[in-house]
Amino acid sequence: MKPTDIRDPEFFHRVIDCQYACPAHTPVPEYIRLIAQGRYDEAYLINWESNVFPGVLGRTCDRPCEPACRRGRVDEEPVAICRLKRVAADYRNEERIRARLPKAHRRKNGKKVALVGAGPASLTVARDLAPLGYELHLFDDQAKAGGFMRSQIPAFRLPEEVLDTEVGYILELGVVTHFKRYVESLRELLEADYDAIFVGTGAPRGRDLKNLPGRKEADPYVHIGIEWLASVAFGHVESIAKRVIVLGGGNTAMDCCRTARRLGGEDVKVIVRSPFAEMKASPWEKEDAMNEGIPIIDNHVPKEFVVENGRLVGMRFEKVRAVYDDEGRRSLVPTGEPPAFYPCDEVIIAIGQENAFPWIERDVGVVFDKWGLPVLDKETFQSTNPKVFFGGDAAFGPANIITAVAHGHQAAISIHLFLSGRSVHDRPPPQVNLVSQKMGIHEWSYDNEVDDDDRYRVPHADLEVALRDRRVEVELGFDPATAYREAERCLNCDVQTVFTAERCIECDACVDICPTDCINFVEDEEDEAALRKKLRAPADNLDQPLYVGGPLKTGRIMVKDENVCLHCGLCAERCPTAAWDMQKFLYNVTKAAPLCSL
Amino acid sequence: MTYIRPNFRHPALPRNELGYTRRDYEGALSTLCAGCGHDSVSGAIIQACFELAIPPHRVGKLSGIGCSSKTPTYFLGRSHGFNTVHGRMPSVATGAALANRELVYIGVSGDGDTASIGLGQFAHVIRRNLDMLYIVENNGCYGLTKGQDSATADVGSASKKGVPNPYPPIDLCAMALDLGATFVARSFSGDKRQLVPLIKAGIAHRGFAFIDVISPCVTFNNTPQSTKSYDYVREHLASTGTLDFVPVRQEITADYEAGYTEEVTLHDGSVIHLYKEPDLDVHDRHAALRAIREHKEAGRILTGLLYVDPDSADLHEVLQTVKTPLRDLTAKELCPGSRALDAINASKR
Ligand SMILES: Cc1cc2nc3c(=O)[nH]c(=O)nc-3n(C[C@H](O)[C@H](O)[C@H](O)COP(=O)(O)OP(=O)(O)OC[C@H]3O[C@@H](n4cnc5c(N)ncnc54)[C@H](O)[C@@H]3O)c2cc1C
Ligand SMILES: Cc1ncc(C[n+]2csc(CCOP(=O)(O)OP(=O)(O)O)c2C)c(N)n1
Ligand code: SF4
Ligand code: SF4
Ligand code: SF4
Ligand SMILES: [Mg+2]
Repeated sequence: MKPTDIRDPEFFHRVIDCQYACPAHTPVPEYIRLIAQGRYDEAYLINWESNVFPGVLGRTCDRPCEPACRRGRVDEEPVAICRLKRVAADYRNEERIRARLPKAHRRKNGKKVALVGAGPASLTVARDLAPLGYELHLFDDQAKAGGFMRSQIPAFRLPEEVLDTEVGYILELGVVTHFKRYVESLRELLEADYDAIFVGTGAPRGRDLKNLPGRKEADPYVHIGIEWLASVAFGHVESIAKRVIVLGGGNTAMDCCRTARRLGGEDVKVIVRSPFAEMKASPWEKEDAMNEGIPIIDNHVPKEFVVENGRLVGMRFEKVRAVYDDEGRRSLVPTGEPPAFYPCDEVIIAIGQENAFPWIERDVGVVFDKWGLPVLDKETFQSTNPKVFFGGDAAFGPANIITAVAHGHQAAISIHLFLSGRSVHDRPPPQVNLVSQKMGIHEWSYDNEVDDDDRYRVPHADLEVALRDRRVEVELGFDPATAYREAERCLNCDVQTVFTAERCIECDACVDICPTDCINFVEDEEDEAALRKKLRAPADNLDQPLYVGGPLKTGRIMVKDENVCLHCGLCAERCPTAAWDMQKFLYNVTKAAPLCSL
Repeated sequence: MTYIRPNFRHPALPRNELGYTRRDYEGALSTLCAGCGHDSVSGAIIQACFELAIPPHRVGKLSGIGCSSKTPTYFLGRSHGFNTVHGRMPSVATGAALANRELVYIGVSGDGDTASIGLGQFAHVIRRNLDMLYIVENNGCYGLTKGQDSATADVGSASKKGVPNPYPPIDLCAMALDLGATFVARSFSGDKRQLVPLIKAGIAHRGFAFIDVISPCVTFNNTPQSTKSYDYVREHLASTGTLDFVPVRQEITADYEAGYTEEVTLHDGSVIHLYKEPDLDVHDRHAALRAIREHKEAGRILTGLLYVDPDSADLHEVLQTVKTPLRDLTAKELCPGSRALDAINASKR
């Protein structure tokens, strides 16, 4: 095997599981250490630079980082990364943060960019481009910026002030806003004097069950989930009947049922086609809903709205079970039992959203594929009309906030390259830094001791109080002392074990000391699969790289399976020749402009 | 700052027949110098006991004084242990083995502890063929007392102090062979592939099993002028061939390489497979002595299994002790009463 080239930044990046899994590649362990040190402002700014909405995301992020977290592979549960992000937001000093944020650019660069839709994608583009002097025009049909973060995510998960503050940081950079303005025509924008256009209009159409018997007759009692949530958010709907059925198994369904409980729904049920375990909603969302007394009834396919005397009285369902073919594809097969009837007064349909671009003419050079999505370059987000860029849910279909942010960063770079007359493919490499943490034989400038603590739970508001008012936030966040304990659970996976083959005398000390059997000295093999079979402990997690060093004096090679390395530094402490060293690897996705000094 | 080993372990570690992982055979975190060969020997003992699926509480580990003699603290944390006075491990081991013949006895000593102050005890424990594994972690110096040349240092070899050693060395394997040891091997701490099966065979062997393990002292005796440094030993290694140990319980179908040239069946039915390159008859004591000397003259260190006599009578057999461990005998068995005494006396008249 070829020795690992650690100069390739992606090698060590991959070892930092959480950061690698984060669509915006937030330097997670770096901010977690800062939280442990009580340096909340710096922790906040690191987040702000990467993910733009730390306070929002610290409450609502889909957190792909957590299932990826290495701690989850050696301990029962991963680090509560997302809730630690909120800690940085909760305890930051607002005044000091404002002083360190970039200011509106005084001299404009003469280029004008239109941003359609004011969700997280457009807001990210705005933030990244503003410091470069662009004149930014933000359009949205709502009265305020935030997109779905404002209209969809209920206040009991995301207080409005939190959103207002973080949206404010961006708008204060000198963005020209055009609210309550639905953009009717892309052609019009193209004909106006914009140098580039970013489309961040999301996936605004909720799916319906148009063809289900009784749907038309039941219409006054049936709501489309995202429309209903927006009406609640904007105060147009303030109550619901006592018996409510929510159809669907995603996060929207969870928000609908929990909102219904707060607006007067007493008997609220979620009824979903798929088996419970395969529902799209995150496990914690399901848990929260069930904690609020909402049963989730799975394996039920809606068949009919039952209307009597013009009133909806309930719904009929067919019971099914999941059957899988050889390739693991699922089909829902009727069990043959008689249909189940559930009485109800109102129904909320939360079975997914679709993209819709009624305002984009099909002859302005933006080509759409057969699914109605724009044809884009996956790296640059440029459409087939070089002036038009897409991002967020509008680009590849509904995802989440952090994905919209990640798109926004890349689209901003593309727009900047495009308007500077450079190739949009001329992407800047990430900024990286690798520094030894050694201070003494047993001393490192990071806390290398591995704590045994189980994951800490975030306290919740009293259920009765929470159900009385839809604006009462349910999760209360960690107090600083608990935040410290939780932060100490982080394994510091960004502090890398760096191997210098020339120094190794093959004494085996590192092999013997390593608590998780990562390190091996073995005869070389042609391919990785053969090498994996020879290691001390099973190396069958193929998502995790092998670090290969050598050949050494005996002709053997060093092979480290990165999978469950605790980054404890014991190998480096035990190595007599400092062939191992613990070095902190900072990896930052380059943004369109430098933002704040850290 | 850590002197604490994390408690997390690889989630998919293999388990032995007892359901234990290798980690259940660990001891406390070593306080020896980073890179000390002795820690590797501890690692090999852990591996061997794990693979043999020995219940940790069925092991007695004994040692004298020295860095090497400290190591029983760093392996088999759930076994019985005794750190004796410098050079006196054999007599305590003899007492322990007589009192409870049911434990597996592993003695760990140093070249100072064995070849200097303990030479007398060493000679006698060999003669008595005590059923134990005796490992010397041989670094050619007194590590614990800051690296003075030991009695196994070669002439001309110089430690960190830089003064060449003027005295001829004691070859502990040759001495053990001479005194009638029934299992003699030499190995290198940096070669676990050889050392682990040797330890397993030594444990399975009935009678006195001796392994001289060259185990470099990184701090005081890993110099370019030393003949016990990592580099020197690696460059001058010769081997009697590789070996595998096949325990009784295991079917021979396991993934042991084919093509062994000799099979030695030990007293308990377990088997050593030898894959020999230079031809050495491991049942010929003289041949072993000759091979050691010839290699030495050629400037090489001969490692591997040198000699084994699987069917020797160990101390218990020689003394005809009862099968029940002495410590389990009660007053009833030990004082059979006046009638029995009368009978014995009558038989002597
Ligand atoms: C109920 C629900 C709960 C969710 N909860 C979470 C969560 O907890 N965590 C998470 O990460 N994600 C969540 N999501 C997903 C998340 O909200 C979206 O993925 C994200 O907001 C997409 O961002 P965006 O910038 O692409 O567009 P959006 O946030 O959708 O914003 C688009 C904006 O453009 C406006 N617009 C559309 N067309 C036009 C036009 N022609 N002219 C002017 N304005 C227009 C829309 O009104 C909207 O304000 C949730 C989604 C829903 C439906
Ligand atoms: C009776 C007695 N004499 C002398 C000493 C001092 N002493 C301690 S360890 C040691 C030598 C140890 O050498 P070795 O057995 O080779 O162990 P190493 O440290 O090299 O592993 C000596 C002389 C002692 N502890 N007790
Ligand atoms: S332990 Fe810490 S650094 Fe490692 S993956 Fe988890 S959060 Fe990231
Ligand atoms: S830092 Fe070194 S000793 Fe610790 S787990 Fe990783 S490889 Fe093993
Ligand atoms: S501890 Fe250092 S010198 Fe020894 S084998 Fe490991 S890397 Fe090599
Ligand atoms: Mg010594």
